[in-house]
This record gives sequence, C-alpha cells and structure tokens, in this order.
Amino acid sequence: MRRGSYHIQDHSAESNLFAQRAIISLFFIGSLMLLLIGNLFYLQISSYNSYQTRSNENRIKVQPIQPNRGVIKDLNGKILAGNEPTFSLEIIPEQIANMDETLAEIGQIIEISDEQIKVFKRAIKYRRRFKGMPLKSKLTDKEVALFSVHQHKFSGVSIEARLARHYPYGEYFTHGVGYVGKINKKDLQRLDDTGQLKNYAATRSIGKIGIERYYESQLHGITGSQEVEVNHRSRVLRQLSVTPPVTGTDLHLAIDVDLQIKAKEIMGDNMGAIIAMDPRDGALLTFYSNPTYDPNLFVNGISQKEYSKIIGSKDKPMLNRVTQGQYPPASTIKPQLGLLALDKGLITVDTTIWDPGYWRIPNIEVQRRFRDWKPQGHGHVNLLMSIKQSCDIFYYDLAYRLGIDNISEFGSKFGFGDYTGVDVFEESTAIMPSRAWKKARFKESWYKGDTISIGIGQGYWTATPVQLAMSTAALVNRGQIVEPRLVTGITKNGVYQATATKHRNPVVLNNDKHWDVILDAMYQTVNASDGTARTAFKDAVYSSAGKTGTAQLFGLDEDEEYNVEDVAERYRDNAMYVGFAPYESPSIVIVVALENAGGGGSHAAPIARKILDLYFGLGLAGKRDLTNTTLPPVDAN
Amino acid sequence: MVKTENERRRSSIWFRFHIDVPLMLAILTLMLLSVFVVYSAGGQNIHMALRQVFRLGIGLGVLLIVAQVSPFFYQRWAPHIFVVGVCLLVAVLLFGDMGKGAQRWLNLGVTKFQPSEIMKLSLPMMMAWFLSKYTLPPSTKNTFFSFCIIAIPTLLIAKQPDLGTSLLVASSGFFALFLAGLRFRILFGLGALFAAFLPILWFYLMHAYQKQRVLTFLNPESDPLGSGYHIIQSKIAIGSGGFQGKGWLQGTQSQLEFLPERHTDFIFSVFSEEFGFIGVLLLLAVYAFIIIRGTIIAIRAQEGFTKILAGSLTLTFFVYLFVNIGMVSGLMPVVGVPLPLVSYGGTSIVTLMASFGILMAISTNKRLLAA
Repeated sequence: MRRGSYHIQDHSAESNLFAQRAIISLFFIGSLMLLLIGNLFYLQISSYNSYQTRSNENRIKVQPIQPNRGVIKDLNGKILAGNEPTFSLEIIPEQIANMDETLAEIGQIIEISDEQIKVFKRAIKYRRRFKGMPLKSKLTDKEVALFSVHQHKFSGVSIEARLARHYPYGEYFTHGVGYVGKINKKDLQRLDDTGQLKNYAATRSIGKIGIERYYESQLHGITGSQEVEVNHRSRVLRQLSVTPPVTGTDLHLAIDVDLQIKAKEIMGDNMGAIIAMDPRDGALLTFYSNPTYDPNLFVNGISQKEYSKIIGSKDKPMLNRVTQGQYPPASTIKPQLGLLALDKGLITVDTTIWDPGYWRIPNIEVQRRFRDWKPQGHGHVNLLMSIKQSCDIFYYDLAYRLGIDNISEFGSKFGFGDYTGVDVFEESTAIMPSRAWKKARFKESWYKGDTISIGIGQGYWTATPVQLAMSTAALVNRGQIVEPRLVTGITKNGVYQATATKHRNPVVLNNDKHWDVILDAMYQTVNASDGTARTAFKDAVYSSAGKTGTAQLFGLDEDEEYNVEDVAERYRDNAMYVGFAPYESPSIVIVVALENAGGGGSHAAPIARKILDLYFGLGLAGKRDLTNTTLPPVDAN
Repeated sequence: MVKTENERRRSSIWFRFHIDVPLMLAILTLMLLSVFVVYSAGGQNIHMALRQVFRLGIGLGVLLIVAQVSPFFYQRWAPHIFVVGVCLLVAVLLFGDMGKGAQRWLNLGVTKFQPSEIMKLSLPMMMAWFLSKYTLPPSTKNTFFSFCIIAIPTLLIAKQPDLGTSLLVASSGFFALFLAGLRFRILFGLGALFAAFLPILWFYLMHAYQKQRVLTFLNPESDPLGSGYHIIQSKIAIGSGGFQGKGWLQGTQSQLEFLPERHTDFIFSVFSEEFGFIGVLLLLAVYAFIIIRGTIIAIRAQEGFTKILAGSLTLTFFVYLFVNIGMVSGLMPVVGVPLPLVSYGGTSIVTLMASFGILMAISTNKRLLAA
C-alpha cells in the first residue's frame, strides 16, 4: 500500500518530531512548576509571618467580659441595688435571614409585644450586627422552657443568662439610689469624651440618676477580656486565655431600709420630701421624694407607655424633690436671720418690738402693709418669742434693717443658693437672692420692698430640702458646715473604708453664745407651751428642737383673708419643718417639705415627729459608730 | 538487555491486565492522600470521606475497564464519539438543567450527566485521529481544520458557561496540535492574534461574573469580604501553613471554615495549610512523576494516534494541576478547576481515571510493527 509505506517511511521522522515536542513540553511544564513552587515558597516561607498573623486574626477574637457592678447597701447591709441573674431572649441580627419572619415565629412560642418588637428594631439599627440584642428580657421560667424546646429551629436566637441590676426596694429608693438604664448615644459620647469607652465594651447599662450615676465609675468595675477561638460565623469555640474583670466597688449608705419605707408610708399622698441627716458627719439617714416610681422599669429599657405615664404625670415623680424641689424656706430660716441680727448687734436677746399684725416700710409715701400670719399680731415680741411663735413682723423689721447684702452673704455661708455637694447630680442651687442675682435675672435693681419678704423666707428666696438640712446642721454644729452625702463607705476588693466627711468654711460669730440663744429658741419652739411645734411633739420620749414654716404660694391683698376652702389645691400653703434631736447631742437633723399641704406646724411637724419617733424607736439613734472607719456598719451576711 | 526487560514486563501479570505499575502507584498515592485531605476539609466528616473512597473506587474500576480497551478502538470510533459529544453539548444548551447559574447538566432521568466531561477525552482523540491521518507536521490547511475542531466544543462549553472546562478542552486540543508539530511560526502568530483578541473577549464575550473574577484576581484586597474573600482566605491558608504545616486536621483556616469550597476547588489550600511547604513539594513531586511517566508513555507509543493522544492527555493533566494551584495561590483568576484526583467530586475523577486508563492501554498495547 502506498499510504502504508509512506507512513512507515516517515515514522521515524515523526517520532523524532514528537519526542522533540514532548521534551519541549516537559521543559515548559518544568518552568511552570517552578513558577508555582516559587509562588508557594513566597507565600509559605517568605510571607509566612504575615499570613500566620492574618490566620490568627481570623480565628482569635478578643472579647470583653463585663465586670459585676458593685452593689449598694443600706445601714444594715441590706442590698438596695444588686445584681440578679435574668434570662433574656437575644437575637444576633447578622445570623437572621428574614427578621420579620423569625420574629413572627418566636411570637408563636412566647408572647412578644409590638412594643418589644418596636424597641428591638430601633435598637438593632445602631448596634453592631454580630452582637446579640435582647428582644425580650426577664423571661419567666416557663418561657425559658418553652423556647428551649424550640431552640433548634432558630439559629441566631438564644436565651442568654446575665446579671441584671435589680432594686429590691424599688420605688422607696428611686431618687437617692437612682437606677441604671441602657447605654444611649449621649452616654456613649460622655464615655468617649472621658476616655472610658473601652472599659464599657461589654457593658449594656449605665447609671442614669442618683448614686448609680454619681458613682458610676466606681460601681462599674474594670472590664476583663478573653481571647477566644471563633469560626467564620464568629461563633465562639473555645477560650484561649482570660483576664478576669474586676468587680465594681460596693457602696454603703447610712439609710436604714425600715425607716425609709416608713417615710414613704408617712408621706402618704403628700407631695414633697423628707430628708434626715446625721449632723456629725453629713450622712443622710432618710432621703425620700414623693411621689416616686419604680426604678426597675428602666433597667431593661422602659416601654414608651410606662415612660409616658411617668413623664406625663402632673405630679412630676421624676423630680427629685429632696435636691431639686425649690421651696420658699419660709419661717424655717428665721433662726439664721435672728442669729445674724444678734451677732451684728442689731438686737439683743432683750430687744422687743411691737407687733400690731402688720408692718410698713418706714418713711415711704405709698404704704404697703406686710401682714403677720396672725392677723391680730403677737404684741410685744423678742427674739425668743419671734422664733417659737414664728412672728413675721419681727423679721420684716430685721430684714429691713439688715439689708439684702448682709442676708445674702450670711445665707450663702449656710449653703443657700449653691450646690450642697450631695452625691447625686440631680441637684438644684435654688435661689439665695442678692442685688447681683436680681440684676442678672431680671435686669432690675434691688428694691427695699424686695428685702422685706426675704425676712420670712419668701419672695425670691428658695431653698431645697437638702440645703435646709445642711443649714440646720450648721446651726446644730455651731457654724461647722458639713456637706450631706448618701454614701458613707465603700468596699473595694473586700476591704471596707469609710468615706471622709467634707467640710466647708465654718460660719464664725463674734460671740459663740449666740448659737446657744438660737438653739434654745428652737428647743422652745418644740417644747414651750406656746411653741408652734408643741402640739406635734407632745409627749415625745426624746428631746428635740425645730422650726416650722408655712410658705404662702398665693399672694393675698392686704385686706384679704386666707381661706383654705377657697384656694385651689396647687395654691395652698407649703408646709415646712426643720428640726434635730436629741437636743443635747444631736445625731439627726430632719427636714420635711410638703407641697400645698397647709401649715408647717400642723402638717409638716407631725410628719417629722413620726420620723423621729421611728428613728429612736428602731434604735437607730446610737447605731452609727463614727469612730469606726474600717469595718462595715453591719456585716452584709 | 532492553529487550529482556521488555519481555519481562510483558510477561508480568500487570502487563497482561494493562496496568502501568509506576503510573498506578502514583495514582494510588494521590487517591490515598485525597481521602485524608477530604476528611479534614469536610470538617472531619467520615461520611464524606467514605463517599470519596466510593467515588475513587468507581474511578479505579473505570480505569481498569478502559485500560482493557485497545487504543485502536478509540482511533476507529474517535470521529463518531466526537460528533455524538458535540450533539450532546448542543442538547445541553437547549435542554440542560441549570446548576449554580450555568447550564452544564443533561438530565437522563436516572442520572444527571455532564457532556463536557466526555469532550475532555473525545477532543484529544478526535485531534489525534485527524492529525495522525496525515503526515506530521500538519499542513497549514490541516492546522486550520484542527483549530475548527477545537473551536466547536470549546465555544459550546464556554457558552454554558463553564470557563474551566472549556479551557481544559481547548488546551487538550491545542496540545495535540503542538505535539503533532504545529509550526512555531503559526504558534507565535496565533499568540499575537490571541493577544489582539483579548479586548474583544473582555468586552463582548465574558460574563460579568467572569470579569469580576479577573478583576478580583488582579486585586483581591479591593473587596476582602466580597469577591476577594475566597482568594484572600486561600492565600492566608496556604501562607500560614509555613514550612511544616499546621498538621493534619489542625488547619484553622479550613477547620474553622474561613476557607470556602474547602473540599472541592480549594482543597489544595487545605493541604498546604496542614502539610506546609514540604508537603506541597512532595505532592508536586508525585504530580511531576505522573506527568513524566505519561510523557514517556507517549514517546514510547508507536503510532501517531497513540502518541498524540497520550501526550495530549498528559499535558492536559498538567493544565488541571497548574490552573487549580495557580488559582488558589493567587497566580491566576478563579476558574472552577478541581485539583486532579484529590478534590472531592465525582465526574472529574471518573473522567481523569478514564484518561489514565487510556494512557495505560496505550502503554501496554504495542503492535509489533515487525510482526
């Protein structure tokens, strides 16, 4: 065959050609192999460290661990703010394909309100999507069990146990202890500004008001961290190392739970404040503002409905009346004014004036009558009588003669018109009026007439109950100014340490005997047969002293009669009382302020009496040992 | 002495059953390795490993059967098989099932089947048949016809679209042509033409996802969580393996599932992470051994058809290897090509084993010309 022979003829040539091409191919393959190997060498040997690092960055994540928040305890070590394990249903948004569907499915197993869904959806907009976000907090045992059965159907949804803040005594301590709430944008900004943001990496709640806010940095503790191995879905597989968090500092108050509870009961429907303070070291013994509300509502995010109810109430429960309630101090400041006049030499203990029931500014054409609370007047009145019977005319005259500058300066020394330094941020300075203040506030000069009402603690003068407590303690301490404080000790790393009392520049008199005159007058107010607080304190088993006050909120024309029945409730008089006990060696100063209640002697003093009765009745009088600074008042356990 | 050795070989039981022992040992080595790496890559899933064993078993069976068939059978039927293969590819485009955004599968009722796999064997056969009919090197006219033969299945597969397979099929045809003695003038001319064609390919023929792959290849860090994720994680896996590797089952990139497509296309990354540079060198040595052995078989083959077929299959095997490793280590854009004989997956193993079967048949069926 031609073709066959042709084929055979060329066979060897073709074989050589093929072999040549095969060898060329092998060389080509060899060089490409070297290219691969070179590249692998580059990756695995030259760049090993960099890829090793990146591989570890993939799998090792540092997670912050939330520290346990310090607890807040009462005088007896009872927990006022503690941490309770709670179960919450949490969702990691990143792992949910269809959020609405998932929420609907969960809703068929355990009840989820529209409100909860709304809050949840709003929250996930601002959070990192791979972090769990609570949908429903405080699950009941039944709900936990119900969901656990269906857990397998929901990836990215889980029940998380965590410690949540709990206030066992709820509304009794709201304004003092305060509460924590979810960290919001403003909190984040503040944390960022103070460089604390990193320490809050695992924290969800932050103190919002009260002690919880004031002592936030101490209560919070130090966030720990753990290195964990995660898979590509950020699921934690195991712990590699851990730096444990440091538990926050515990805080101790001098408030006795039982007394505080009684304070609320005694207040009843009255709006106002009760504050009791140990004049020796400024420790607050009662701190109650009425009306109040449940702080536990805020811990896990309050519902819009509940919040509207609180914020919308015309009784303003969120107002801390102890520190923010600005009341005319009324006659409760008469002791200070009397003291000032006495020490300035304007009067002596024997100076008397004639009280016909009204007073006029001398030497002025257009005469306005300033009236005494007692229409017929007190007749001849000296300093002692002016205090125990609370004569207004005496103080119109004194105020007129002292002038606003003296009064303002002296009042300021007692702490009026300024923050007391009490350890809550919700405090108002109230107003200690002065020429400068009026100029700044109203762009008007001070008129002589303005000074007259100041004499009876009204007009422009307002004070907070905590200021009254501080100024009354200043009288008790004969000029020593002690700042009030809720926290009296801390336990840090298991060691108790009493916190130091803060003092201010004392009020110094020309003659120290003047203190005794005033304190005696206050004693007479309570104990003398014609004292304004006599009825309220009848048959008390302890000795006490005090001063009543009744602030008119309703301006009467000079001929009008004040008639309780005719005056709308919100224009009724504020009742005030300041007092202290025992008279010989005071360990408690009490201030009661009641809004629109009526007279101080008839309404505020009886409440103060009840508190003092309990204070002595419960055996609290000798309980506080001020010399001890390193042992907690009572062991918590 | 050569003759005696040849005689000894021919009388051995292996020769009788058409087994090329060195090639077989290398293949078995890779298979054994495959089971271990698949077990690790599949998250230590014993069922996955067992399925791989099963598939490799089937592949081995196919190899043994194919090896018994005389190469001349293929030579006789090459054009017919090719025509049927092309028809099936057309059928896929018309009636095929969709899977992962591409039309690759033909549903035969009982089983699904990928006609492009047939073409991996059929095109080299067709080329070998066509080229060996004429004197080598091929004339310009025959070269032109050859390119037409290559173009038909390549374009049909690219249309599915299955870039990886069309690349493999095209290169198998091209290697046949090269081995047959394609003139260098034409080769370089075509190279220049291809370069000129690239912009057309880019702007008119490539799908958006294919373009994205190329862009990602050029700069994977531009989209580390999106299209660049695969390649970045793969490079991290390979690089973090270092010299010794992290150890079997100890690769964090693979075990913690940062690496996608671990048991299929990216199995080389798993291997590199766990066995390191030293393991990679040994693996490449086994592959190199197979390629050299295949080339020797091709050179020793006595017919133009068997030479070209054996050579083409061997070189295509290298393309598998190069494209896969190049892809996972960032040298090439991501195209879906498995690591031959190691990646988890049925069809590619069967096709590869069949091609080794053909190689063995060629190695052990030598018509004695003198006789």
